[in-house]
Amino acid sequence: MSLLAIDDLVVEHRSPGRPVVRAVAGASLTVAPGEVVGLVGESGCGKSTLARAVCGLNPVTNGSITFDGEPVTPLGLRRRKLTGIQMVFQDPYASLNPRRRVGDQIADGLRTARDTTTSPADLLERVGLPREYADRHPHEFSGGQRQRIAIARALAARPRLLIGDEPISALDASAQSQVAALMRDLAVESGAGLLFISHDLSVVRLVADRIAVMYLGRIVEVGATAEVWARPRHPYTRALLRAVPQPDGLGVLPAELPGDVPDPANPPGGCRFHPRCPLVMDVCRDKDPDFGPVACWLHEPK
Amino acid sequence: MTLDITALRVSIGGREILHGVDLRLEAGRVHGLAGESGSGKTMTGLAVLGLLPHGARASGAIRLGDRDLLSLPAKELNRVRGGEVAMVFQDPATSLHPMLTVGRQLTEHMRHHLRLGRAEARARAVDLLAKVRIPAPEEAYGRYPHQFSGGMRQRIAIAIALACSPKVLIADEPTTALDVTVQAGVLRLLRGLCDELGLAVLLVTHDLGVMSAVADEVSVMKDGQVVESGPRGNVLRTPSHPYTRTLLASLPTPPPEPDSPAGPSSGSDAEAR
Ligand SMILES: Nc1ncnc2c1ncn2[C@@H]1O[C@H](COP(=O)(O)OP(=O)(O)O)[C@@H](O)[C@H]1O
Ligand SMILES: Nc1ncnc2c1ncn2[C@@H]1O[C@H](COP(=O)(O)OP(=O)(O)O)[C@@H](O)[C@H]1O
Ligand code: SF4
Ligand SMILES: [Mg+2]
Ligand SMILES: [Mg+2]
Repeated sequence: MSLLAIDDLVVEHRSPGRPVVRAVAGASLTVAPGEVVGLVGESGCGKSTLARAVCGLNPVTNGSITFDGEPVTPLGLRRRKLTGIQMVFQDPYASLNPRRRVGDQIADGLRTARDTTTSPADLLERVGLPREYADRHPHEFSGGQRQRIAIARALAARPRLLIGDEPISALDASAQSQVAALMRDLAVESGAGLLFISHDLSVVRLVADRIAVMYLGRIVEVGATAEVWARPRHPYTRALLRAVPQPDGLGVLPAELPGDVPDPANPPGGCRFHPRCPLVMDVCRDKDPDFGPVACWLHEPK
Repeated sequence: MTLDITALRVSIGGREILHGVDLRLEAGRVHGLAGESGSGKTMTGLAVLGLLPHGARASGAIRLGDRDLLSLPAKELNRVRGGEVAMVFQDPATSLHPMLTVGRQLTEHMRHHLRLGRAEARARAVDLLAKVRIPAPEEAYGRYPHQFSGGMRQRIAIAIALACSPKVLIADEPTTALDVTVQAGVLRLLRGLCDELGLAVLLVTHDLGVMSAVADEVSVMKDGQVVESGPRGNVLRTPSHPYTRTLLASLPTPPPEPDSPAGPSSGSDAEAR
Protein backbone atom coordinates (compact mmCIF):
# COMPACT_ATOMS: atom_id res chain seq x y z
CA MET A 1 0.00 0.00 0.00
CA SER A 2 1.22 3.45 -0.82
CA LEU A 3 1.80 5.90 1.94
CA LEU A 4 1.55 8.75 -0.53
CA ALA A 5 -0.30 8.52 -3.83
CA ILE A 6 -0.26 11.45 -6.24
CA ASP A 7 -2.59 10.94 -9.17
CA ASP A 8 -2.71 13.11 -12.28
CA LEU A 9 -1.96 16.15 -10.12
CA VAL A 10 -2.36 19.64 -11.53
CA VAL A 11 -1.22 22.66 -9.54
CA GLU A 12 -1.47 26.19 -10.91
CA HIS A 13 0.02 29.46 -9.73
CA ARG A 14 -2.16 32.48 -10.31
CA SER A 15 -0.96 35.99 -9.86
CA PRO A 16 -2.84 39.12 -10.93
CA GLY A 17 -2.03 40.40 -14.40
CA ARG A 18 0.03 37.34 -15.32
CA PRO A 19 -0.80 34.21 -17.23
CA VAL A 20 -1.65 31.15 -15.16
CA VAL A 21 1.44 29.01 -14.56
CA ARG A 22 0.59 25.33 -14.62
CA ALA A 23 3.66 24.31 -12.59
CA VAL A 24 2.49 20.72 -12.10
CA ALA A 25 0.61 19.53 -15.18
CA GLY A 26 -0.68 16.02 -14.62
CA ALA A 27 1.94 14.27 -12.48
CA SER A 28 1.53 10.85 -10.87
CA LEU A 29 3.82 9.37 -8.24
CA THR A 30 3.72 7.07 -5.20
CA VAL A 31 5.85 6.66 -2.08
CA ALA A 32 5.59 3.50 0.07
CA PRO A 33 6.44 3.31 3.79
CA GLY A 34 10.19 2.88 4.24
CA GLU A 35 10.78 3.80 0.60
CA VAL A 36 13.01 6.57 -0.67
CA VAL A 37 11.88 8.21 -3.90
CA GLY A 38 14.19 10.70 -5.55
CA LEU A 39 12.57 13.47 -7.58
CA VAL A 40 14.93 15.11 -10.08
CA GLY A 41 14.68 17.66 -12.86
CA GLU A 42 15.94 21.08 -13.89
CA SER A 43 15.00 24.14 -11.86
CA GLY A 44 11.54 25.43 -12.67
CA CYS A 45 10.14 22.02 -13.61
CA GLY A 46 7.72 22.04 -10.66
CA LYS A 47 9.44 19.96 -7.96
CA SER A 48 8.85 22.44 -5.13
CA THR A 49 5.29 23.12 -6.23
CA LEU A 50 4.56 19.38 -6.11
CA ALA A 51 6.17 19.06 -2.67
CA ARG A 52 4.26 22.01 -1.30
CA ALA A 53 0.99 20.63 -2.64
CA VAL A 54 1.69 17.35 -0.81
CA CYS A 55 2.10 19.35 2.40
CA GLY A 56 -1.15 21.19 1.74
CA LEU A 57 0.72 24.45 1.16
CA ASN A 58 -0.38 24.86 -2.48
CA PRO A 59 -3.99 24.31 -3.50
CA VAL A 60 -4.65 21.46 -5.90
CA THR A 61 -6.27 22.47 -9.20
CA ASN A 62 -7.00 18.96 -10.41
CA GLY A 63 -6.16 15.34 -9.70
CA SER A 64 -5.61 14.02 -6.20
CA ILE A 65 -3.11 13.56 -3.42
CA THR A 66 -3.78 10.78 -0.94
CA PHE A 67 -1.76 10.35 2.24
CA ASP A 68 -2.43 7.21 4.23
CA GLY A 69 -5.72 6.73 2.38
CA GLU A 70 -6.94 10.26 3.23
CA PRO A 71 -7.10 13.08 0.69
CA VAL A 72 -4.70 15.92 1.39
CA THR A 73 -6.40 19.30 1.58
CA PRO A 74 -4.90 22.72 2.19
CA LEU A 75 -4.10 22.99 5.87
CA GLY A 76 -2.63 25.33 8.39
CA LEU A 77 0.87 24.66 9.64
CA ARG A 78 -0.42 23.18 12.87
CA ARG A 79 -2.64 20.58 11.27
CA ARG A 80 0.10 19.70 8.81
CA LYS A 81 2.36 18.68 11.65
CA LEU A 82 -0.34 16.44 13.01
CA THR A 83 -0.81 14.68 9.67
CA GLY A 84 2.66 13.18 9.88
CA ILE A 85 4.32 14.94 6.97
CA GLN A 86 7.48 16.93 7.66
CA MET A 87 9.53 18.95 5.22
CA VAL A 88 13.20 19.98 5.19
CA PHE A 89 13.91 22.96 2.96
CA GLN A 90 16.89 24.04 0.91
CA ASP A 91 17.98 27.06 2.86
CA PRO A 92 19.17 26.08 6.33
CA TYR A 93 19.54 29.78 7.15
CA ALA A 94 15.87 30.59 6.61
CA SER A 95 14.29 27.49 8.09
CA LEU A 96 15.47 27.81 11.70
CA ASN A 97 14.32 30.57 14.01
CA PRO A 98 17.47 32.65 14.68
CA ARG A 99 16.31 33.78 18.12
CA ARG A 100 15.58 30.41 19.69
CA ARG A 101 18.00 27.80 20.94
CA VAL A 102 18.12 24.79 18.66
CA GLY A 103 17.19 22.45 21.51
CA ASP A 104 13.93 24.35 22.04
CA GLN A 105 13.13 24.16 18.35
CA ILE A 106 13.69 20.41 18.33
CA ALA A 107 11.53 20.12 21.47
CA ASP A 108 8.60 21.60 19.49
CA GLY A 109 8.72 18.58 17.22
CA LEU A 110 8.86 16.18 20.15
CA ARG A 111 5.77 17.82 21.63
CA THR A 112 3.92 17.38 18.33
CA ALA A 113 4.61 13.66 18.54
CA ARG A 114 3.76 13.62 22.27
CA ASP A 115 7.18 12.11 22.79
CA THR A 116 8.19 12.53 26.43
CA THR A 117 11.09 10.10 26.52
CA THR A 118 13.34 11.46 23.78
CA SER A 119 15.37 14.60 24.48
CA PRO A 120 16.54 17.17 21.91
CA ALA A 121 20.10 16.11 22.73
CA ASP A 122 19.25 12.54 21.71
CA LEU A 123 18.15 13.78 18.31
CA LEU A 124 21.25 15.92 17.88
CA GLU A 125 23.27 12.82 18.54
CA ARG A 126 21.31 10.92 15.90
CA VAL A 127 22.13 13.55 13.29
CA GLY A 128 25.79 13.39 14.26
CA LEU A 129 26.11 16.52 16.37
CA PRO A 130 27.34 16.85 19.98
CA ARG A 131 24.56 16.74 22.59
CA GLU A 132 25.62 20.01 24.19
CA TYR A 133 24.80 21.95 20.99
CA ALA A 134 21.16 21.99 22.15
CA ASP A 135 21.91 25.17 24.11
CA ARG A 136 23.25 27.06 21.14
CA HIS A 137 21.60 29.40 18.64
CA PRO A 138 21.47 28.78 14.85
CA HIS A 139 24.03 31.49 14.00
CA GLU A 140 26.71 29.48 15.79
CA PHE A 141 26.51 26.74 13.15
CA SER A 142 27.70 26.18 9.60
CA GLY A 143 25.22 25.47 6.80
CA GLY A 144 25.77 21.72 7.03
CA GLN A 145 25.26 21.72 10.79
CA ARG A 146 22.08 23.77 10.46
CA GLN A 147 20.71 21.34 7.94
CA ARG A 148 21.38 18.51 10.37
CA ILE A 149 19.50 20.46 13.02
CA ALA A 150 16.58 21.02 10.62
CA ILE A 151 16.52 17.27 10.02
CA ALA A 152 16.59 16.56 13.75
CA ARG A 153 13.65 18.90 14.24
CA ALA A 154 11.68 17.28 11.41
CA LEU A 155 12.39 13.78 12.75
CA ALA A 156 11.39 14.78 16.28
CA ALA A 157 7.78 14.99 15.10
CA ARG A 158 7.98 11.33 14.04
CA PRO A 159 6.69 11.94 10.53
CA ARG A 160 5.55 9.03 8.43
CA LEU A 161 6.57 10.98 5.35
CA LEU A 162 9.65 13.16 5.21
CA ILE A 163 10.08 15.50 2.28
CA GLY A 164 13.44 17.07 1.54
CA ASP A 165 13.22 19.90 -0.99
CA GLU A 166 16.79 20.35 -2.22
CA PRO A 167 17.96 19.77 1.36
CA ILE A 168 21.60 19.49 0.35
CA SER A 169 21.91 22.01 -2.47
CA ALA A 170 23.21 24.76 -0.22
CA LEU A 171 25.85 22.53 1.37
CA ASP A 172 29.36 21.83 0.29
CA ALA A 173 30.37 18.64 -1.48
CA SER A 174 31.57 16.54 1.41
CA ALA A 175 28.60 17.56 3.54
CA GLN A 176 26.15 16.85 0.69
CA SER A 177 26.45 13.11 0.47
CA GLN A 178 26.74 12.76 4.26
CA VAL A 179 23.57 14.72 4.92
CA ALA A 180 21.71 12.90 2.13
CA ALA A 181 22.76 9.52 3.49
CA LEU A 182 21.79 10.60 6.98
CA MET A 183 18.29 11.58 5.86
CA ARG A 184 17.91 8.29 4.09
CA ASP A 185 19.09 6.20 7.03
CA LEU A 186 16.98 7.98 9.60
CA ALA A 187 13.83 7.89 7.47
CA VAL A 188 14.18 4.22 6.57
CA GLU A 189 15.11 3.28 10.14
CA SER A 190 11.90 4.83 11.43
CA GLY A 191 9.78 3.23 8.69
CA ALA A 192 8.89 6.60 7.18
CA GLY A 193 8.77 7.29 3.47
CA LEU A 194 11.18 9.87 2.05
CA LEU A 195 10.59 12.06 -0.98
CA PHE A 196 14.02 13.41 -1.73
CA ILE A 197 14.07 16.30 -4.18
CA SER A 198 17.31 17.34 -5.78
CA HIS A 199 18.70 18.49 -9.08
CA ASP A 200 21.88 16.53 -8.31
CA LEU A 201 21.49 13.10 -9.86
CA SER A 202 24.62 11.59 -8.42
CA VAL A 203 23.41 12.22 -4.88
CA VAL A 204 19.92 10.97 -5.63
CA ARG A 205 21.46 7.84 -7.00
CA LEU A 206 23.14 7.30 -3.65
CA VAL A 207 19.98 7.54 -1.55
CA ALA A 208 16.90 6.68 -3.63
CA ASP A 209 15.25 3.30 -4.16
CA ARG A 210 13.32 4.74 -7.07
CA ILE A 211 13.93 7.80 -9.23
CA ALA A 212 11.24 10.00 -10.73
CA VAL A 213 12.35 12.41 -13.44
CA MET A 214 10.28 15.56 -13.84
CA TYR A 215 10.13 17.81 -16.87
CA LEU A 216 7.90 20.86 -17.21
CA GLY A 217 5.29 19.71 -14.73
CA ARG A 218 5.23 16.05 -15.71
CA ILE A 219 6.91 12.93 -14.41
CA VAL A 220 8.53 11.66 -17.61
CA GLU A 221 10.22 8.53 -16.25
CA VAL A 222 9.98 6.49 -13.06
CA GLY A 223 11.95 3.38 -12.22
CA ALA A 224 14.25 1.58 -9.82
CA THR A 225 17.34 3.70 -9.28
CA ALA A 226 19.86 1.19 -10.55
CA GLU A 227 17.71 0.50 -13.60
CA VAL A 228 17.24 4.15 -14.53
CA TRP A 229 20.92 4.85 -13.99
CA ALA A 230 22.14 1.94 -16.06
CA ARG A 231 19.46 2.10 -18.75
CA PRO A 232 17.77 5.51 -18.87
CA ARG A 233 14.95 5.35 -21.41
CA HIS A 234 13.40 8.79 -21.76
CA PRO A 235 15.56 11.05 -23.96
CA TYR A 236 15.38 13.71 -21.25
CA THR A 237 16.65 11.30 -18.58
CA ARG A 238 19.50 10.35 -20.89
CA ALA A 239 20.40 13.98 -21.43
CA LEU A 240 20.36 14.65 -17.70
CA LEU A 241 22.63 11.72 -16.91
CA ARG A 242 25.06 12.57 -19.67
CA ALA A 243 25.39 16.08 -18.29
CA VAL A 244 26.75 14.86 -14.93
CA PRO A 245 30.54 15.16 -15.00
CA GLN A 246 32.31 12.11 -13.61
CA PRO A 247 35.24 12.38 -11.18
CA ASP A 248 37.17 9.72 -13.07
CA GLY A 249 40.17 11.90 -13.91
CA LEU A 250 39.71 11.35 -17.65
CA GLY A 251 38.93 14.91 -18.70
CA VAL A 252 35.65 14.07 -20.45
CA LEU A 253 33.51 17.18 -20.95
CA PRO A 254 29.87 16.51 -20.06
CA ALA A 255 27.32 16.59 -22.88
CA GLU A 256 25.22 19.69 -23.26
CA LEU A 257 21.43 19.73 -23.53
CA PRO A 258 20.74 22.71 -25.78
CA GLY A 259 17.88 25.08 -25.12
CA ASP A 260 16.21 26.27 -21.94
CA VAL A 261 13.24 24.80 -20.12
CA PRO A 262 10.21 26.38 -21.85
CA ASP A 263 7.90 28.74 -19.96
CA PRO A 264 5.34 26.58 -18.11
CA ALA A 265 2.73 29.29 -18.76
CA ASN A 266 3.07 28.43 -22.44
CA PRO A 267 4.26 24.83 -22.81
CA PRO A 268 4.94 23.30 -26.23
CA GLY A 269 2.14 21.17 -27.69
CA GLY A 270 2.46 17.42 -28.13
CA CYS A 271 5.38 16.04 -26.14
CA ARG A 272 6.60 18.81 -23.86
CA PHE A 273 10.21 17.83 -24.50
CA HIS A 274 9.96 17.87 -28.29
CA PRO A 275 11.70 21.20 -28.98
CA ARG A 276 14.84 19.93 -27.19
CA CYS A 277 14.62 16.25 -28.03
CA PRO A 278 17.32 14.81 -30.29
CA LEU A 279 15.00 11.93 -31.28
CA VAL A 280 11.87 13.97 -32.06
CA MET A 281 9.44 12.36 -34.53
CA ASP A 282 6.34 13.72 -36.28
CA VAL A 283 3.94 12.20 -33.77
CA CYS A 284 5.74 14.00 -30.93
CA ARG A 285 4.66 17.42 -32.19
CA ASP A 286 0.97 16.48 -32.25
CA LYS A 287 0.29 13.98 -29.57
CA ASP A 288 1.09 14.19 -25.87
CA PRO A 289 2.60 10.93 -24.57
CA ASP A 290 0.61 11.04 -21.33
CA PHE A 291 1.40 7.53 -20.14
CA GLY A 292 3.98 5.91 -17.86
CA PRO A 293 6.41 4.72 -16.71
CA VAL A 294 8.24 6.41 -19.60
CA ALA A 295 6.27 9.26 -21.16
CA CYS A 296 7.74 9.02 -24.63
CA TRP A 297 6.39 7.73 -27.94
CA LEU A 298 9.48 5.54 -28.24
CA HIS A 299 8.37 3.71 -25.10
CA GLU A 300 4.62 3.40 -25.51
CA PRO A 301 3.28 0.58 -23.33
CA LYS A 302 2.10 -2.38 -25.41
CA MET B 1 51.65 34.45 -19.27
CA THR B 2 52.13 32.47 -16.07
CA LEU B 3 50.90 33.44 -12.65
CA ASP B 4 53.05 32.16 -9.83
CA ILE B 5 51.82 32.13 -6.27
CA THR B 6 54.56 31.35 -3.77
CA ALA B 7 54.43 31.00 0.00
CA LEU B 8 51.24 33.06 0.16
CA ARG B 9 50.19 33.77 3.71
CA VAL B 10 47.08 35.75 4.58
CA SER B 11 45.88 36.72 8.01
CA ILE B 12 42.75 38.56 9.05
CA GLY B 13 42.40 40.08 12.50
CA GLY B 14 45.49 38.27 13.75
CA ARG B 15 44.25 34.83 12.58
CA GLU B 16 46.27 33.25 9.80
CA ILE B 17 43.96 31.84 7.13
CA LEU B 18 46.41 30.87 4.40
CA HIS B 19 49.58 29.22 5.66
CA GLY B 20 51.92 29.41 2.69
CA VAL B 21 50.08 28.52 -0.53
CA ASP B 22 52.01 27.65 -3.70
CA LEU B 23 50.15 27.50 -7.03
CA ARG B 24 51.18 28.01 -10.63
CA LEU B 25 48.79 28.95 -13.42
CA GLU B 26 49.96 28.57 -17.00
CA ALA B 27 48.64 29.96 -20.26
CA GLY B 28 46.13 27.68 -21.97
CA ARG B 29 45.77 25.52 -18.86
CA VAL B 30 43.00 25.14 -16.33
CA HIS B 31 44.24 24.74 -12.79
CA GLY B 32 41.52 23.32 -10.56
CA LEU B 33 41.44 24.16 -6.88
CA ALA B 34 39.41 21.80 -4.70
CA GLY B 35 38.83 21.48 -0.97
CA GLU B 36 36.09 21.73 1.60
CA SER B 37 34.39 24.97 2.38
CA GLY B 38 36.51 27.15 4.63
CA SER B 39 39.77 25.67 3.36
CA GLY B 40 40.83 28.99 1.79
CA LYS B 41 40.03 28.59 -1.92
CA THR B 42 38.15 31.87 -2.24
CA MET B 43 40.77 33.76 -0.19
CA THR B 44 43.46 32.51 -2.55
CA GLY B 45 41.52 33.85 -5.55
CA LEU B 46 40.78 37.14 -3.84
CA ALA B 47 44.46 37.58 -2.98
CA VAL B 48 45.34 37.33 -6.67
CA LEU B 49 42.76 39.98 -7.47
CA GLY B 50 43.89 42.23 -4.62
CA LEU B 51 40.39 42.01 -3.17
CA LEU B 52 41.11 40.61 0.29
CA PRO B 53 38.78 41.84 3.07
CA HIS B 54 39.72 45.03 4.89
CA GLY B 55 42.45 44.61 7.46
CA ALA B 56 43.81 41.46 5.80
CA ARG B 57 47.59 41.12 5.61
CA ALA B 58 49.25 39.13 2.89
CA SER B 59 52.86 38.02 2.47
CA GLY B 60 54.73 35.87 -0.01
CA ALA B 61 54.56 36.62 -3.72
CA ILE B 62 52.02 36.54 -6.56
CA ARG B 63 54.04 37.00 -9.73
CA LEU B 64 52.41 37.89 -13.02
CA GLY B 65 55.19 38.11 -15.60
CA ASP B 66 57.83 40.25 -13.92
CA ARG B 67 55.53 42.01 -11.46
CA ASP B 68 54.62 40.98 -7.93
CA LEU B 69 50.91 41.74 -7.50
CA LEU B 70 51.26 41.82 -3.72
CA SER B 71 53.65 44.77 -3.81
CA LEU B 72 52.00 46.67 -6.67
CA PRO B 73 50.69 50.18 -5.86
CA ALA B 74 46.88 50.31 -5.65
CA LYS B 75 46.54 52.24 -8.90
CA GLU B 76 48.54 49.76 -10.93
CA LEU B 77 46.79 46.84 -9.28
CA ASN B 78 43.49 48.36 -10.37
CA ARG B 79 44.70 48.31 -13.93
CA VAL B 80 45.71 44.67 -13.66
CA ARG B 81 42.37 43.68 -12.15
CA GLY B 82 39.67 43.72 -14.79
CA GLY B 83 42.46 44.05 -17.36
CA GLU B 84 45.00 41.26 -17.30
CA VAL B 85 43.31 39.40 -14.46
CA ALA B 86 39.55 38.91 -14.50
CA MET B 87 37.07 37.01 -12.37
CA VAL B 88 33.81 35.11 -12.42
CA PHE B 89 31.89 34.22 -9.26
CA GLN B 90 29.35 31.59 -8.23
CA ASP B 91 26.47 34.03 -8.36
CA PRO B 92 26.39 36.02 -11.61
CA ALA B 93 24.52 38.72 -9.68
CA THR B 94 27.88 39.57 -8.05
CA SER B 95 29.30 40.65 -11.40
CA LEU B 96 26.17 42.01 -13.11
CA HIS B 97 24.52 45.33 -12.38
CA PRO B 98 20.73 44.80 -12.43
CA MET B 99 19.93 48.34 -13.66
CA LEU B 100 22.34 48.54 -16.59
CA THR B 101 21.96 46.90 -19.98
CA VAL B 102 24.26 44.05 -20.81
CA GLY B 103 25.83 46.15 -23.57
CA ARG B 104 26.58 49.04 -21.25
CA GLN B 105 28.27 46.74 -18.74
CA LEU B 106 30.39 45.14 -21.43
CA THR B 107 31.49 48.36 -23.09
CA GLU B 108 32.14 50.35 -19.94
CA HIS B 109 35.00 48.01 -19.04
CA MET B 110 36.46 48.17 -22.50
CA ARG B 111 36.24 51.91 -22.85
CA HIS B 112 37.86 52.31 -19.45
CA HIS B 113 40.59 49.69 -19.75
CA LEU B 114 41.17 49.48 -23.49
CA ARG B 115 40.23 53.10 -24.31
CA LEU B 116 38.07 52.00 -27.22
CA GLY B 117 35.63 54.34 -29.01
CA ARG B 118 31.89 53.80 -28.73
CA ALA B 119 31.39 51.97 -32.04
CA GLU B 120 34.45 49.80 -31.62
CA ALA B 121 33.42 48.84 -28.10
CA ARG B 122 29.93 47.97 -29.28
CA ALA B 123 31.20 45.74 -32.06
CA ARG B 124 33.53 43.95 -29.68
CA ALA B 125 30.74 43.51 -27.12
CA VAL B 126 28.46 41.89 -29.68
CA ASP B 127 31.34 39.62 -30.72
CA LEU B 128 31.88 38.60 -27.12
CA LEU B 129 28.20 37.81 -26.59
CA ALA B 130 28.35 35.63 -29.67
CA LYS B 131 31.51 33.96 -28.39
CA VAL B 132 29.83 32.95 -25.12
CA ARG B 133 26.91 31.79 -27.26
CA ILE B 134 24.16 34.15 -26.24
CA PRO B 135 21.44 33.78 -28.89
CA ALA B 136 20.72 36.92 -30.95
CA PRO B 137 23.68 38.91 -29.54
CA GLU B 138 22.63 42.15 -31.24
CA GLU B 139 19.35 42.12 -29.33
CA ALA B 140 20.86 40.80 -26.14
CA TYR B 141 23.16 43.83 -26.12
CA GLY B 142 20.26 46.13 -25.25
CA ARG B 143 18.61 43.91 -22.65
CA TYR B 144 18.87 43.78 -18.86
CA PRO B 145 20.29 40.87 -16.81
CA HIS B 146 16.91 39.80 -15.39
CA GLN B 147 15.69 39.10 -18.91
CA PHE B 148 18.05 36.12 -19.12
CA SER B 149 18.04 32.69 -17.46
CA GLY B 150 20.62 31.82 -14.78
CA GLY B 151 22.84 29.98 -17.24
CA MET B 152 22.72 32.86 -19.72
CA ARG B 153 23.53 35.35 -16.96
CA GLN B 154 26.63 33.35 -16.07
CA ARG B 155 27.65 33.38 -19.75
CA ILE B 156 27.21 37.15 -19.77
CA ALA B 157 29.34 37.43 -16.62
CA ILE B 158 32.00 35.44 -18.43
CA ALA B 159 31.75 37.74 -21.46
CA ILE B 160 32.27 40.74 -19.17
CA ALA B 161 35.27 39.03 -17.59
CA LEU B 162 36.71 38.52 -21.06
CA ALA B 163 35.99 42.06 -22.22
CA CYS B 164 39.53 43.34 -21.74
CA SER B 165 41.34 40.26 -23.07
CA PRO B 166 42.61 39.03 -19.71
CA LYS B 167 45.56 36.68 -19.45
CA VAL B 168 44.35 35.14 -16.22
CA LEU B 169 40.79 34.18 -15.28
CA ILE B 170 39.83 33.36 -11.69
CA ALA B 171 36.53 31.44 -11.71
CA ASP B 172 35.20 30.77 -8.20
CA GLU B 173 32.51 28.04 -8.27
CA PRO B 174 31.20 29.38 -11.60
CA THR B 175 28.73 26.54 -12.17
CA THR B 176 27.73 25.62 -8.62
CA ALA B 177 24.39 27.44 -8.81
CA LEU B 178 23.46 25.99 -12.21
CA ASP B 179 21.54 22.89 -13.30
CA VAL B 180 23.80 20.10 -14.59
CA THR B 181 22.49 20.59 -18.12
CA VAL B 182 23.40 24.27 -18.04
CA GLN B 183 26.64 23.58 -16.19
CA ALA B 184 27.73 21.31 -19.03
CA GLY B 185 27.45 24.22 -21.47
CA VAL B 186 29.35 26.63 -19.24
CA LEU B 187 32.14 24.10 -18.64
CA ARG B 188 32.50 23.51 -22.37
CA LEU B 189 32.62 27.25 -22.88
CA LEU B 190 35.32 27.76 -20.23
CA ARG B 191 37.45 24.96 -21.59
CA GLY B 192 37.05 26.28 -25.16
CA LEU B 193 37.97 29.83 -24.19
CA CYS B 194 41.02 28.63 -22.30
CA ASP B 195 42.23 26.69 -25.33
CA GLU B 196 41.36 29.33 -27.89
CA LEU B 197 42.55 32.42 -26.05
CA GLY B 198 45.43 30.85 -24.15
CA LEU B 199 43.92 31.95 -20.85
CA ALA B 200 45.46 30.80 -17.59
CA VAL B 201 42.42 29.71 -15.57
CA LEU B 202 42.10 29.10 -11.85
CA LEU B 203 38.91 27.10 -11.44
CA VAL B 204 37.75 26.91 -7.85
CA THR B 205 35.22 24.15 -7.35
CA HIS B 206 34.23 21.72 -4.66
CA ASP B 207 32.84 19.38 -7.33
CA LEU B 208 35.44 16.80 -8.28
CA GLY B 209 33.35 15.81 -11.32
CA VAL B 210 33.64 19.36 -12.65
CA MET B 211 37.33 19.27 -11.82
CA SER B 212 37.80 16.04 -13.70
CA ALA B 213 36.00 17.39 -16.76
CA VAL B 214 37.97 20.58 -17.33
CA ALA B 215 41.08 20.90 -15.17
CA ASP B 216 44.57 20.05 -16.43
CA GLU B 217 46.21 20.37 -13.02
CA VAL B 218 44.46 19.86 -9.72
CA SER B 219 45.42 21.20 -6.31
CA VAL B 220 43.61 20.24 -3.15
CA MET B 221 43.44 22.58 -0.18
CA LYS B 222 42.81 21.83 3.43
CA ASP B 223 42.95 24.27 6.34
CA GLY B 224 44.71 27.02 4.41
CA GLN B 225 47.31 24.83 2.76
CA VAL B 226 47.71 22.99 -0.52
CA VAL B 227 48.00 19.35 0.52
CA GLU B 228 48.25 17.80 -2.92
CA SER B 229 48.95 19.06 -6.42
CA GLY B 230 49.52 17.41 -9.77
CA PRO B 231 48.10 16.43 -13.15
CA ARG B 232 44.34 15.77 -13.10
CA GLY B 233 44.65 12.06 -13.82
CA ASN B 234 47.12 11.46 -10.99
CA VAL B 235 45.31 13.41 -8.33
CA LEU B 236 41.89 11.98 -9.14
CA ARG B 237 42.91 8.41 -9.92
CA THR B 238 45.84 7.80 -7.60
CA PRO B 239 45.59 10.44 -4.89
CA SER B 240 48.57 10.43 -2.58
CA HIS B 241 47.31 12.54 0.30
CA PRO B 242 44.88 10.86 2.73
CA TYR B 243 42.66 13.95 2.64
CA THR B 244 42.22 13.71 -1.14
CA ARG B 245 41.32 10.05 -0.73
CA THR B 246 38.67 10.96 1.84
CA LEU B 247 37.26 13.57 -0.53
CA LEU B 248 37.05 11.05 -3.34
CA ALA B 249 35.63 8.35 -1.09
CA SER B 250 32.84 10.69 0.07
CA LEU B 251 31.58 10.84 -3.52
CA PRO B 252 28.44 8.93 -4.40
CA THR B 253 29.38 8.12 -7.96
CA PRO B 254 31.47 5.39 -9.34
CA PRO B 255 31.06 6.29 -13.02
CA PRO B 256 28.23 4.52 -14.87
CA GLU B 257 29.03 1.44 -16.88
CA PRO B 258 30.79 2.29 -20.12
CA ASP B 259 28.11 0.54 -22.22
CA SER B 260 25.29 2.67 -20.86
CA PRO B 261 24.29 5.73 -22.83
CA ALA B 262 25.31 7.84 -19.86
CA GLY B 263 28.81 6.37 -19.76
CA PRO B 264 32.00 8.10 -20.82
CA SER B 265 32.38 8.59 -24.56
CA SER B 266 33.80 5.58 -26.37
CA GLY B 267 37.13 7.31 -27.00
CA SER B 268 37.99 7.10 -23.33
CA ASP B 269 36.74 3.57 -22.69
CA ALA B 270 40.12 2.03 -23.27
CA GLU B 271 41.60 4.20 -20.57
CA ALA B 272 38.84 3.51 -18.04
CA ARG B 273 40.18 1.11 -15.40
N1 LIG C 1 4.25 31.42 -6.10
C1 LIG C 1 4.41 31.35 -7.43
N2 LIG C 1 3.75 32.18 -8.28
C2 LIG C 1 3.88 32.10 -9.61
N3 LIG C 1 4.67 31.19 -10.23
C3 LIG C 1 5.36 30.34 -9.45
C4 LIG C 1 5.27 30.37 -8.02
N4 LIG C 1 6.08 29.39 -7.52
C5 LIG C 1 6.64 28.79 -8.58
N5 LIG C 1 6.21 29.35 -9.74
C6 LIG C 1 6.58 28.92 -11.10
O1 LIG C 1 6.22 27.56 -11.23
C7 LIG C 1 7.20 26.84 -11.95
C8 LIG C 1 7.70 25.69 -11.11
O2 LIG C 1 8.40 26.22 -10.00
P1 LIG C 1 8.98 25.29 -8.83
O3 LIG C 1 7.91 24.39 -8.38
O4 LIG C 1 9.61 26.19 -7.84
O5 LIG C 1 10.08 24.46 -9.61
P2 LIG C 1 11.39 23.71 -9.06
O6 LIG C 1 11.24 23.50 -7.60
O7 LIG C 1 11.45 22.45 -9.85
O8 LIG C 1 12.54 24.61 -9.40
C9 LIG C 1 8.26 27.85 -12.33
O9 LIG C 1 8.00 28.32 -13.63
C10 LIG C 1 8.07 28.94 -11.32
O10 LIG C 1 8.49 30.17 -11.86
N1 LIG D 1 35.76 38.41 5.64
C1 LIG D 1 36.38 37.50 6.40
N2 LIG D 1 36.92 37.82 7.57
C2 LIG D 1 37.55 36.92 8.35
N3 LIG D 1 37.67 35.60 8.02
C3 LIG D 1 37.15 35.21 6.87
C4 LIG D 1 36.47 36.11 5.99
N4 LIG D 1 36.05 35.41 4.91
C5 LIG D 1 36.45 34.14 5.09
N5 LIG D 1 37.11 34.00 6.26
C6 LIG D 1 37.72 32.78 6.78
O1 LIG D 1 38.76 32.38 5.90
C7 LIG D 1 38.84 30.97 5.81
C8 LIG D 1 38.86 30.56 4.36
O2 LIG D 1 37.65 30.95 3.74
P1 LIG D 1 37.39 30.81 2.19
O3 LIG D 1 38.58 31.20 1.44
O4 LIG D 1 36.12 31.55 1.91
O5 LIG D 1 37.14 29.25 2.04
P2 LIG D 1 36.57 28.42 0.79
O6 LIG D 1 36.43 29.35 -0.37
O7 LIG D 1 37.57 27.34 0.60
O8 LIG D 1 35.26 27.89 1.24
C9 LIG D 1 37.63 30.42 6.57
O9 LIG D 1 38.10 29.97 7.81
C10 LIG D 1 36.75 31.63 6.74
O10 LIG D 1 36.03 31.52 7.96
S1 SF4 E 1 7.89 11.59 -27.30
FE1 SF4 E 1 9.18 12.20 -29.01
S2 SF4 E 1 9.90 14.28 -28.50
FE2 SF4 E 1 9.07 13.36 -26.66
S3 SF4 E 1 10.84 12.50 -25.65
FE3 SF4 E 1 9.94 10.85 -26.85
S4 SF4 E 1 10.99 10.95 -28.82
FE4 SF4 E 1 11.44 12.87 -27.77
MG1 LIG F 1 12.54 24.07 -6.03
MG1 LIG G 1 34.65 29.84 -1.46
